[in-house]
Amino acid sequence: MSSDSSYYVPESSKLPIFMAFGLLLFVLGAGSTINDLGKESSNSYILLMTSFAVIWGVMFVWFSNVINENNKGMYSDQLNQSFVWGMAWFIFSEVMFFFAFFLALGYVRMFSVPWLGGEGEKAITNILWPAFEATWPVMVTPDNELFPGAEKNMNMPGITKLHTWLPFWNTLCLVTSSGTIALAEAALKKGKRAAFKSWMVVTISLGFIFVFLQGLEYYEAYAHMGLTLGAGIYGTTFFLLTGFHGFHVCLGAIILTIMTIRGFGGAFSEHDHFGLAAGSWYWHFVDVVWILLVLVVYVF
Amino acid sequence: MSAVIEGHHDDHHHGPAKGITRWLYTTNHKDIGSLYLWFSFIMLFIGGAMAMVIRAELFEPGSQIVSPEFYNQMVTNHGLIMVFGVIMPAFVGLANWLIPMQIGAPDMALPRLNNLSFWILPAAFGVLLATFFMEGGAPNFGWTFYAPLSTEYAPPTVTYFIFAVHIMGASSIMGSINVITTILNMRAPGMTLMKMPLFVWSWLITAYLLIAVMPVLAGAVTMMLMDIHFGTSFFKAGGGGDPVLFQHIFWFFGHPEVYIMILPAFGIVSHIIETFSRKPIFGYDSMVYAIASIALLSFVVWAHHMFTVGMPIAGELFFMYSTMLIAIPTGVKVFNWLSTMFKGSLTFETPMLFAIAFVALFTIGGLSGLMLAIAPADFQYHDTYFVVAHFHYVLVPGALFSIIAAVYYWLPKWTGYMYDEFMGKTHFWLSFVSVNLTFFPMHFVGLAGMPRRIPDYAMQFADYNMIVSVGAFLFGLSQLLFLYVVLKAIFYGKKATGQVWEGAQGLEWTLNSPPAYHTFETPPNLEAGEAKG
Repeated sequence: MSSDSSYYVPESSKLPIFMAFGLLLFVLGAGSTINDLGKESSNSYILLMTSFAVIWGVMFVWFSNVINENNKGMYSDQLNQSFVWGMAWFIFSEVMFFFAFFLALGYVRMFSVPWLGGEGEKAITNILWPAFEATWPVMVTPDNELFPGAEKNMNMPGITKLHTWLPFWNTLCLVTSSGTIALAEAALKKGKRAAFKSWMVVTISLGFIFVFLQGLEYYEAYAHMGLTLGAGIYGTTFFLLTGFHGFHVCLGAIILTIMTIRGFGGAFSEHDHFGLAAGSWYWHFVDVVWILLVLVVYVF
Repeated sequence: MSAVIEGHHDDHHHGPAKGITRWLYTTNHKDIGSLYLWFSFIMLFIGGAMAMVIRAELFEPGSQIVSPEFYNQMVTNHGLIMVFGVIMPAFVGLANWLIPMQIGAPDMALPRLNNLSFWILPAAFGVLLATFFMEGGAPNFGWTFYAPLSTEYAPPTVTYFIFAVHIMGASSIMGSINVITTILNMRAPGMTLMKMPLFVWSWLITAYLLIAVMPVLAGAVTMMLMDIHFGTSFFKAGGGGDPVLFQHIFWFFGHPEVYIMILPAFGIVSHIIETFSRKPIFGYDSMVYAIASIALLSFVVWAHHMFTVGMPIAGELFFMYSTMLIAIPTGVKVFNWLSTMFKGSLTFETPMLFAIAFVALFTIGGLSGLMLAIAPADFQYHDTYFVVAHFHYVLVPGALFSIIAAVYYWLPKWTGYMYDEFMGKTHFWLSFVSVNLTFFPMHFVGLAGMPRRIPDYAMQFADYNMIVSVGAFLFGLSQLLFLYVVLKAIFYGKKATGQVWEGAQGLEWTLNSPPAYHTFETPPNLEAGEAKG
C-alpha cells in the first residue's frame, strides 16, 4: 500500500468503451439467441459467445491493471476506502435483486395462491378454477394441463431422514466454507501463508461441492420428480431462487479460485489484500442468502 | 480559500486529449458530465418528437395520422425515453459535473467505472430504438410494461427490451455506487455531512434509492423473460402465479423511481433560490431531513398506483395513508423555499424564473397527487388523463424545469460563457405558458373521464385536446430555442467571471469559469461552516 496522499485519477482508459461494446454485443446476442430458441439453423449464439469473450477479456485486463497500479503504490488509503464502499454498495444491490424474488415468493404464498383457492377477501379469483385447492407447495396447479404440477417436492423430509436430503449437505458445505474463508483471512493477516492457502483450497472445494450437489438436485428434480420450470408456481419460484443463488455461488467460487491462484503466486500482503477481502464478503453474502432460502424454500 | 485554487495548474496532469478519443476514453468527471447532458439533450428531442406524434394524432378525434399499433409504440417509447433516457441521465450528468466541484474532490471516486456507466447507455437506447425496425415493431405495452401485455401479448422485440432495461439498470447502479462513494469518501477536510451543499445531499439519497430499487426492476424483467421464454408462471394464474404480482414488483421499483427523478431537482432549486434571494437557504437541516423522509416513505407507498387492481381493504387504507404522509416533508420543502425568498433581495434571472416556476407548478402536481392518493376518489381518476396531467406536472415543469434551470445556472461555470439573458427569458416565458397550456386542460378531460393511452376519444373532449396539442407543439418548439441559447452561449457568449452570480455560495464558485480540466487535486481546507449551502 502506498503512502502517496494524492488521489489517483487514471488519465484515460480504453477499457470502459470496450466493455460497453461487449455489453452491446451481449444485448444483441442474448436477445437474438433467446428469440431464436427452437428455430433450427440460427447463428445468434455466436454473437452471444463473442460478447462473453469480449466481456471476460476486458475484465481480465481491467483487473490486471488495477492490481498492477496497486503494486506500483499508486493507490492511497483514501482510494482503497473507495473500493471498500464500492464493494459494499454493490453487495447491497445484489441483496435487493434477491429481495425481488423473495418478495415474489412471499406474495404468491401469502396472497395469490390462497385467493385462487377461495380464501380471503379476493377469493373471487377462485371462480376461474373452482376445483383448485390451495396448498403449499402447489402440487396440482389451477390449470394443470398447461402447467402440470410436480409429483414430488423438495421439502425437508423430517429430522430422521436428514442425511438423505441434499439441501442439508449443501447447507453444511456453505456454512462451513464461510467459516473456512474467515480462517483463511485470519491466517493471511497473521502472515501464515501456508495455512492461508490450505484454507482457501478447502473453501473453494466446498463451494464447488455445493454447485455439484445443486446440479445433482436439479437432475433429480427433472428426471424423477416432474419438478420443472413449467411445473407451475412452485417449480418457478424453486428454480429461480435456487438458480440465481447457485449462479452467485458459481461467481463467488470463480472469484475465490482466482484469489487462491493469486495467493499461490505470492499476491496479497498481511495488510493489503482487498481483492481477497471483497471476495470473502461476497462469499458471506451468498451464504446468508442461502440460509434465508433454505428456510423459506425448503423448510417452511 | 479561493487564492489557493484559482489558476492552479498541476504540471504532471495534462489537459484533455484531442479528437473523438477524448470522449471515448475519458475518465474526467467534467467530460463525462457533458456526455451525459448531451446524451440527455438528444434523447429529449427524440422522446419529444414521439410526444409530437402523439399530440398530432390526438389533435382531433378519430383516427388521424398513425395506426393504433404505432400509437402504442409511441406512447411506450416516449415514456421509456423520457424517464430513463432524459431525466435520469441529465441528473447523473449534473451529479458528475457538480458533486466533485461542490465537495472539493479531484474527480469521482471510480473514474473508469464512471466512463463505463455512461457508454452503456447509448448502447441500451440504441438497441431500444432499433426495435422499431425489427419484426413486430417496438415495445407497445406502455412504459410500465404490465404483464400479461408485456409477456403473453408482447411483440418478439420484448426480449431486446428486457436486456436493454438490464443495461440501463446496470448503468444506474454503477453510476450510483460512484456517486455514493464519492460523497462518503472524498469530501474536502472540514466538510461534514451536515455542511454538504443540498444538491450533494439530494444525490446521496437518490443514489441510495437507485441502488435499492434498480435491482428490483432487474428482477421484474428477469421474471418476464422467464415467463415468456422458459415456461415459468410468475405472472400466470393458471400456474398459480398472479399478473398483479408484476404490478407490485414494478411499483416497488417504480415509486422510489419517481422520487429518483425529483430529489436532485429539490437540491438544484434550493441552490438557485438562495443565490437569487441572496440569503442562505431557510431551514437547511429540515431540508435534509425532509429529503430523507421522502426517500424512506417512498418504499411503503407503491400500491397507490394500483388501487383499482383488487387489493384487500386493509391494503387500500395502508397505502392511502402512507401516501398522504409524503405531503408533510414535501410541504416542509415548499415552505422552506418560500421562506428563503421572503424578505430576500430577489432578482429574476432565467434560472430563478425556472426555479420559481418549479416551486409553483411542482406544487400543483403534488396536490393533484394528493387527490390521486385518496383511494375511493382514485377509482374515478385511475387511468384517466387526470393521471397524465399529474405526472407530467411533476416531471415537466418539475424535473425538466429544474434541469433547465440548472443548465442556465451552471452553464457559465461549465463553459466560461454567459448565455443571452433576453433569449433565456424568452425561452422561459414560452415554456411556462405552453407547459400549462399543454398539461392543465388534461385535468379537465381526465376528470370528465377521458382514458389515457388511447389514439381516439369521444367528441366531447375535442376542444380541450386541440388546446393541449397546440400547447404541446409550442412547448416542443420552445425547446429548440433552448438548444439555440445553449449553443449561442458556447460559441458566441460573453466571458463569465468565476463568481458568475453575485449571491452564489459554494466551492464551485471559487473556481475559474470554465474550471481547469482537473480541479481540487489537493483538497481545499474548509473552515467550519464555509461550504454550507
